[in-house]
Amino acid sequence: MAELAIPPQEESVVEGSYLENLNGRKGITAWIFSTDHKRIGILYLIALFSFFSVGVILGILLRLEMLSPGGKLFSPQAYNALFTLHGVVMIFLFVIPGIPVTLGNFFLPIQIGAKDVAFPRLNLLSWYLYVIGSIVILTALFWRGLPDTGWTFYVPYSLRTTTGVTIAVFGVFIVGFSSILTGLNFLTTIHRLRAPGMTWFKMPLFVWALYATAWVQIIATPVLAITLLLIVISRVFGLGIFSAAAGGDPVLYQHLFWIYSHPAVYIMILPPMGIVSEIIATFTHRTIFGYKAIAMSSLAIAFIGYLVWGHHMFVAGMSQQADFIFSFLTFLVAIPSGIKVFNWVASMYKGSIDPQPPFLYVMAFMVLFCIGGLSGLVLGSLATDVHLTATYFVVAHFHYIIFGGGVFIFFGALHYWLPKMFGRMYNKKIASWALVDMFMGFNLLYFPMFVMGYEGMPRRYFTYLPQFETMQRISVVGSWILVAGLIVMFVNLIHGSMKGPRVGNNPWGGTTLEWSTPSPPPHENFETEPVVTQEPYYHEEALTK
Amino acid sequence: MSKTITSGHHEAPTSYGIYVLIWLALMSLTAITAVVAGIDLAAFTLVIALLIAVVKSSLVVNVFMRVKYDDKIFKIFIAIAGGTLTVIFLLTFADVYFRR
Amino acid sequence: MSDITIPEARQAAEHAPAHKKDTQGVKMGMWLFLMTELLLFSGMFLLYSVYRYYYTKEFHQAGMETHTMFGTVNTMVLLTSSLTMALSIAAIERGKKWLSVTFLSSTIVLGLGFLVIKYAEWSTEIADGIYPGSPKLLQHPRGFELFFAMYYLMTGLHGLHVLVGCGILITMLIFIIRGKITQDDPVRLEAAGLYWHLIDIVWIFLFPLFYLVN
Repeated sequence: MAELAIPPQEESVVEGSYLENLNGRKGITAWIFSTDHKRIGILYLIALFSFFSVGVILGILLRLEMLSPGGKLFSPQAYNALFTLHGVVMIFLFVIPGIPVTLGNFFLPIQIGAKDVAFPRLNLLSWYLYVIGSIVILTALFWRGLPDTGWTFYVPYSLRTTTGVTIAVFGVFIVGFSSILTGLNFLTTIHRLRAPGMTWFKMPLFVWALYATAWVQIIATPVLAITLLLIVISRVFGLGIFSAAAGGDPVLYQHLFWIYSHPAVYIMILPPMGIVSEIIATFTHRTIFGYKAIAMSSLAIAFIGYLVWGHHMFVAGMSQQADFIFSFLTFLVAIPSGIKVFNWVASMYKGSIDPQPPFLYVMAFMVLFCIGGLSGLVLGSLATDVHLTATYFVVAHFHYIIFGGGVFIFFGALHYWLPKMFGRMYNKKIASWALVDMFMGFNLLYFPMFVMGYEGMPRRYFTYLPQFETMQRISVVGSWILVAGLIVMFVNLIHGSMKGPRVGNNPWGGTTLEWSTPSPPPHENFETEPVVTQEPYYHEEALTK
Repeated sequence: MSKTITSGHHEAPTSYGIYVLIWLALMSLTAITAVVAGIDLAAFTLVIALLIAVVKSSLVVNVFMRVKYDDKIFKIFIAIAGGTLTVIFLLTFADVYFRR
Repeated sequence: MSDITIPEARQAAEHAPAHKKDTQGVKMGMWLFLMTELLLFSGMFLLYSVYRYYYTKEFHQAGMETHTMFGTVNTMVLLTSSLTMALSIAAIERGKKWLSVTFLSSTIVLGLGFLVIKYAEWSTEIADGIYPGSPKLLQHPRGFELFFAMYYLMTGLHGLHVLVGCGILITMLIFIIRGKITQDDPVRLEAAGLYWHLIDIVWIFLFPLFYLVN
């Protein structure tokens, strides 16, 4: 039922679509100077997944070191540098910009029936800032040596190390600006450019998720910017702001850092949650259950997510009273997250489920996200956290959330929207098998880390005690299986986007606005300005059943 | 929850006189705060100085930045920023206050 | 299901500012940016207040060393520049181009004047041996140096914003002269004005924290 309405033409670019160059520009300049949000979205996709590949390769190397105890592959210093770069690239260059700048850029204006974002040129500037920032970060590779501090740049070590912390931190600072500008662009777009009739509660849930995310970007990122700037200034001018020797308080650095970086976790996970709602509504052919509850829980997560940063610091020497407060608040985040999961499950009940690849990705997400979320509660409790903090348990926890939760849905969303973006379909069978492979590889890779962490294996060590050898090896093999799946998935997607069979406007039977416009969408997104009269997930056949 | 269609952007521009009046108020408050600082009111010195600063900035925000006459949404934005600041300060001091 | 009919929605479409420049949108973007600026400074304010809480006595003594006179004059300069900024917008809205140019030029001059005074102030202090890590400060208790570290950081970051603000205002000045900002399309000047006022507000709080601790 998916391949209905295949247009007869087979030329490479659909006439009038955004893939057709305008203004006589050709080749790469038609892309890197374009202010079309769709093209910028694609530019981001290319940049982000280039860095993702770098991060994956680094991750594979980090795992490979663990094949046997004793650190035969890298020196301890090299290992420190590698996990720092892995963290910086994955966090700041991949998952934080992540879905908003790529698919958000592409689909936010279309889903609200707008022609573009509110500030198209600012949007392009954000991309340039992102690219410049990443280049600055990578300069640290060749200049003064890679930072060896971990991606958190904790003082006092980050002030003392002779590696290229200054330059890397400054790169992150620039990328942060890109994030801020994207956030304010999206907020203004959602406030000002909704199509006639699209009231707040007629917006698709992905838009709601992006809205909440953009607020977090606006409110939290500046705090990181100033914190990183203070690191740079302290290093350059030798200021003692965070140094205990000069009377400063190193714990304050951690406060400031996590005031941003904890909300950043919600920058990573809110957009995927929005996409899960979209995919479930489409593939169950049923309106989403508890639309308002899901929309509001996004805002609630963004809000509560701002109050819990201290749970990263239970062993950092905070006051006990603060430990209690932050631990308590941390448990509150579970409530809106739980609301979402229950509503998703309820949406599937009595729906006519069509298990296409995007839906299978959502199923994988449900499992991995629940494991990750529940292990988060273990870490949020004071007593258990003291035992588990800075062990593999933490590593497993956040990979389950960020990778298993966030990035798997990123992949799922690519499978969901690729037919719309390029007007072509990938091979669905291969897509499904790649997912099965990745799911197995993922669990083999990270689940042993829960066990090892519980048994006391500390994170960020280049070697380990012989007792962990079996578990470590299972985990290493898991990383290979996972990467094999990744490669198959990407090859399938890229091939599908260029050579796959053509599809019509609405291959999945979706109901949001992007499915009413041609695939690939025209330059101005819609042939006539859409007028919205009904809720986003209104399925006629579901009502007549 | 309907859309806030903001029609009246080009309402009558604010008169020059109001701006000058506000400026006079700001200058006098600056003078007052500088004088009060000279008097030793112990812990209250800082409180009074900050209160005056709050009054001054609300004058700037409301009149110079025209929030008083503009769309309601900007007031909400300011409230969000203020709320965030409060949260950051309170929670950080939840640590710092008890640590000492 | 649908609580709004098609004709009603069409009507709303005609009222919405569809193809014209969305002036409220531009202002909204600027307000959101101002929020980020505010939060950028708030990180510094947080550090300041924690250290002031740790070193109450030392902050008091160190606060005596700053020049209240410089601070007060600069406050007045910046407040006046905010007035001329607001007047410049009011003038352009009445279509008085050259009056607007005059007011905007005074704003820029006052902004640069602020920086000159700031420079004189810093020079005096550095000449007195008051800067982080200076031998003179190291003789004092530890909170002293922190106070001045915060002083240089916060007023420095603020000064940087004044400098950037002047650059933006000069651009706006050129726009007005070239007729790109007019009575019918003043929104860019308004947005620039918002930014300038925010710089003023930050200073309104820096002033009592660094100059009025007696």
